[in-house]
Amino acid sequence: MSLDKATVAHIATLARIKLEDAELDRMAGELSHILAWIEQLNEVDVQNVPPLASVVDTKLPWRADKVTDGGYAQDIVANAPDPAHEFFTVPKVVE
Amino acid sequence: MAELPSLTIAEARDGLKKRDFSAKELTEAHIRAVESARALNAFITETPEIALKQAEDSDARLKSGAARAMEGIPIAMKDLFCTKDVLTTAASHILDGFKPRYESTVSANLWKSGAVMLGKSNLDEFAMGSSNITSYYKPVENPWRKRGDNRPLVPGGSSGGSAAAVAARIAMGATGTDTGGSIRQPAAFCGIVGIKPTYGRCSRWGIVAFASSLDQAGPMTRTVKDAAIMLAAMAGHDPKDSTSAPQPVPDFEGALTGDIRGLKVGVPKEYRMDGMSPEIGKLWDQGLAWLKEAGAETREISLPHTKYALPVYYIIAPAEASSNLARYDGVRYGLRVPGETLTDMYENTRAAGFGAEVRRRILIGTYVLSAGYYDAYYRKAQRVRTLISRDFKSAFEDVDVILAPTAPTPAFAIGEKMDDPIAMYLNDVFTVPASLAGLPAVSVPAGLSSDGLPLGLQLIGRAFDEETVLRAAGVLETAADFTQMPVGAS
Repeated sequence: MSLDKATVAHIATLARIKLEDAELDRMAGELSHILAWIEQLNEVDVQNVPPLASVVDTKLPWRADKVTDGGYAQDIVANAPDPAHEFFTVPKVVE
Repeated sequence: MAELPSLTIAEARDGLKKRDFSAKELTEAHIRAVESARALNAFITETPEIALKQAEDSDARLKSGAARAMEGIPIAMKDLFCTKDVLTTAASHILDGFKPRYESTVSANLWKSGAVMLGKSNLDEFAMGSSNITSYYKPVENPWRKRGDNRPLVPGGSSGGSAAAVAARIAMGATGTDTGGSIRQPAAFCGIVGIKPTYGRCSRWGIVAFASSLDQAGPMTRTVKDAAIMLAAMAGHDPKDSTSAPQPVPDFEGALTGDIRGLKVGVPKEYRMDGMSPEIGKLWDQGLAWLKEAGAETREISLPHTKYALPVYYIIAPAEASSNLARYDGVRYGLRVPGETLTDMYENTRAAGFGAEVRRRILIGTYVLSAGYYDAYYRKAQRVRTLISRDFKSAFEDVDVILAPTAPTPAFAIGEKMDDPIAMYLNDVFTVPASLAGLPAVSVPAGLSSDGLPLGLQLIGRAFDEETVLRAAGVLETAADFTQMPVGAS
């Protein structure tokens, strides 16, 4: 599988990472190289093999649907780059 | 008496109890050692004030006879563990200035057992790497040098700062995390012991996430006994991590009986692969001979899907990383690079904040999870992962533990293997399979290469059977009698 520049640009958009034009070319080469190496998995017959979802045979625990934590908004925003009062801020999204 | 920082954790524990020296003296000696070894770049943040405060508390406890399991023992904390009000970076620019308002469960467990924090140790960015060269805070140097060659070598990765600090005798132990080999491979490169316990043995809560189905914390120490002591302090069920195992923590130290008579040791034939250094093959045979002399039986086993472990890993780990790292968006913590629109701000922040290897893995992960490719890549990888896990299950019907090399080569020079990501990925060829299967595995220093660098052997065990792994590791350690030390350590 070889990735072209347009596909890499699409993936970068999905991943929300800005890539310059020159980087797109380099990244297309690198990703294609890695994907080509991954292709060897096609040799493996996985018919009737279920995907592995959990490595240890433990059941995920249930808990009551109750609020058990919270009430410290100042701590939550303490590390935000540009907080206002107890809120995160972002560039304006509605005109 | 030897210099305090060269004592093992077990020796220091005894010395503290007998009042041969105080926790404050032990900590001060380590703070000086950390300062004098800054050239290694093992720490991103040093925390001497916290260490001295903790040491004072330890001295009070020691005086009143209330010493805990790790009382007064100075350690390094990999900078992937969130530590309350102490800068936590994951070695990434994108976490600039991040001071968590909470403490990870594993670090909290260690402080509750009396350990002393010397600082936050360096690592590959977001634990993605096998050489510690992807850190935003610059590479770590391995304290070892090749004989007659003074070029700096990598300490391995991703827990490179932790491994270097322990090997250089500037910390008595260190935490590591292992996703595909990040505890075991640096332990092998630096001539120390590192154990990745069973997935679920240690809580992942408060550890900066890389690949959640693989990440597991473990100790890095200079002896197997120290690893047993420290693992017991780190492990335990935590309701805040739903994948943490609701199992009691065994007496790991007590498991080190030295008696492995009748133990069945498996030798996977698929691990004898091309490109493995001949001296590592020889050391492997030597390791088997040592275990046999101690009364173990060895037998060849087959793990037929071994060669597919790395490609499976390089689908699953980046896929989970791309999802986990979506949270770094410039809104809630860390770096923000402004943009005209919200999307511009996201894209600018993530372009500036992530290094090249992290960007590469996020893009691969995004691709293998994207519409139209999910089945061909991600689901396929999850299915092959089932086969890899079954390989181990059926092998463990015949054997109790598996012996293999930890890494295919000794430490290499900083700057090598940079051009081809796959060459770098191959470092983890012997460690990734056990990670994919969630199994406990330890690396024990077992000898030196012809040019004087440490080599490690790896023991892999059944899920939640760290006791057998540690017991066999203890026997290997005694037989190997690895007493060599890196340059400058004493």
